Amino acid sequence: MSDKILEIENLSVSFEGFKALNQLNFSMDTGELRVIIGPNGAGKTTFLDVITGKVQPTEGRALFKGKNLRSKSEHKISRLGIGRKFQTPRVYLKLTPRENLDLSCNRHKNVLATLLGRPSKTEQRTVAGLLETIGLSTKADLSAELLSHGEKQRLEIGMLVAQSPDLLLVDEPVAGLTDEETENVGNLLLTLAASHSIIVIEHDMEFVRQIARQVTVLHQGSVLCEGTMDEVQTNPQVIEVYLGQPEESDA
Amino acid sequence: MTANTPPTDVQMHRRSRRPLLVEAGIVVAIALLILFAAPALLTAIGQEFRINMLGRFLALAIVALGIDLIWGYTGMLSLGHGVFFSLGGYGIAMFLQLQLPEGELPEFFTLYGVKDLPFFWQPFHSLPFSIAAIALVPALMGGVLGYLVFRNRIRGVYFSILTQAALIVFFNFFNSQQKLINGTNGLKTDTTKIFDVYTGSDQAQGIFYLLTVVLLVLAYVLCRWLTSGRVGKLLVAIRDDESRVRFSGYDPTGYKVLVFAVSAGLAGVAGALYTVQSGIISPKSMDIAFSIEMVIWVAVGGRASLVGAVVGALAVNFAKSILSEQFPDIWLFFQGALFLGVVTVLPGGFVGWLRNQGQDHLRSLFGRPRRVITYPSLAEDPEVDYERQNLRN
Repeated sequence: MSDKILEIENLSVSFEGFKALNQLNFSMDTGELRVIIGPNGAGKTTFLDVITGKVQPTEGRALFKGKNLRSKSEHKISRLGIGRKFQTPRVYLKLTPRENLDLSCNRHKNVLATLLGRPSKTEQRTVAGLLETIGLSTKADLSAELLSHGEKQRLEIGMLVAQSPDLLLVDEPVAGLTDEETENVGNLLLTLAASHSIIVIEHDMEFVRQIARQVTVLHQGSVLCEGTMDEVQTNPQVIEVYLGQPEESDA
Repeated sequence: MTANTPPTDVQMHRRSRRPLLVEAGIVVAIALLILFAAPALLTAIGQEFRINMLGRFLALAIVALGIDLIWGYTGMLSLGHGVFFSLGGYGIAMFLQLQLPEGELPEFFTLYGVKDLPFFWQPFHSLPFSIAAIALVPALMGGVLGYLVFRNRIRGVYFSILTQAALIVFFNFFNSQQKLINGTNGLKTDTTKIFDVYTGSDQAQGIFYLLTVVLLVLAYVLCRWLTSGRVGKLLVAIRDDESRVRFSGYDPTGYKVLVFAVSAGLAGVAGALYTVQSGIISPKSMDIAFSIEMVIWVAVGGRASLVGAVVGALAVNFAKSILSEQFPDIWLFFQGALFLGVVTVLPGGFVGWLRNQGQDHLRSLFGRPRRVITYPSLAEDPEVDYERQNLRN
């Protein structure tokens, strides 16, 4: 088995003729923290949609730990070990943070096991530890709809971790957060990077600078360039995409 | 125990057990009251006929529990539970119709010139089969229908329309098949015999009443078990964000099929109990309006509250029968007004209101402060409190 956790080969996705992804090639190593940036409409979210099974590729394939993800449904891919955080925080609002985490933490997710099983001691401890990590211990038993935006973001990241995935896909985790909250989330991601492979999609350049080691720039559905933050920022193509040709980046 | 030492596992366990025991005690007490006190009371005030009514409405409360399970908790609005209700009702009615001397056919068959019992009537000679069929046939049908629908990710309003379409299909089938199930006339049960007693007799009705209360309690326990614990939380999660559930590694299809099947089974049991107490089952119980009424009971009582479903079913039905006695011409307006009132004023239903605003009203009646959920550190902060008091616009 290769030590690449994720390999994307010649991936194309088209929606009624519009190519959201175009011959995209991408790979990352196990244990890597990768940030993907790109202007609006570059195909960042579609990229995650393909990996998590929400969208089927028109062409090409995505391999996770050497396994082809094609035509696997979302929950199967999730059970393989890929966790996804959405752009807007999506937690179960009517449940408490503890229950939110407990549902994600559950090891046996088929109907019968969930119906008859009780949360094990280790699972209860994992949940308590996670509440500590994401800083929600004091609000563990409030309804999640009462949490602030930033707390919901952290809760959703916690839910991902509770699934104990090998690969975390995090879509714009700091959108709409204050500077302080942004830094909190950044530190949280850096802590998690010690034990997980993580892909982060982000617009906020300050934040990218805080966490990024390796950056991939997407543009019009394919990889424009890859490198460290400094390399990327001085790359003339990237500057052109982000700053020049406003009629294109407006899309 | 000082405030700082964390509770041990045993203590936690005990603490979580106690409210459950209290609840069980309350449920049993209410069940005993309904069983013994209610009939005596109704007889005392000369309203004996209402005992049978109460029995029927308690049966309807079982459907309401099923609707609450699937709609209140899981967020799928079924407008076709009349099908499952009727299947249960027809199941018991077929069994009762067959309680005849060897070789005789139910009367209506001879009317239409049918000589041989249709094949699907045959197993209803047996009491155990009939009892099993009452719950299992609707549950199985709900399960299969649910699997096909949910696997294809049909949700929301499309699901509701589909269930209503199924209802119409079944209505038309039952309504037109005179030679199979007596068509639009339905099957009568009160002139049939069970264990050599007329089904309509006081003795049999007393047993049905008892059976209804017991089964309602059992249905409540089943729903309570399903909605507490992880599956219950997952149902709420499916209601609030189904695709998130998928990305968390759960396949919602299985859970939705389970809930739909259980809900259909409960409707079947309710249908059977209602039929033996009202004396007839006919395609009228597959009327569109009746299935919608079931939803109204739950809406009035309170979605996602099992007690609400039971209370709603009883309250709406009693209101309906009393109002229709008093104002036979205009009582339908009351029902409409009730539903509108609940939707606009009490979106959480009666129990939902009681849980939220109602508690605050009660507390203020006794001069206690309102409950506030805030950040614990802020709630005690005098400065924040000052702001709250003085800067309100």
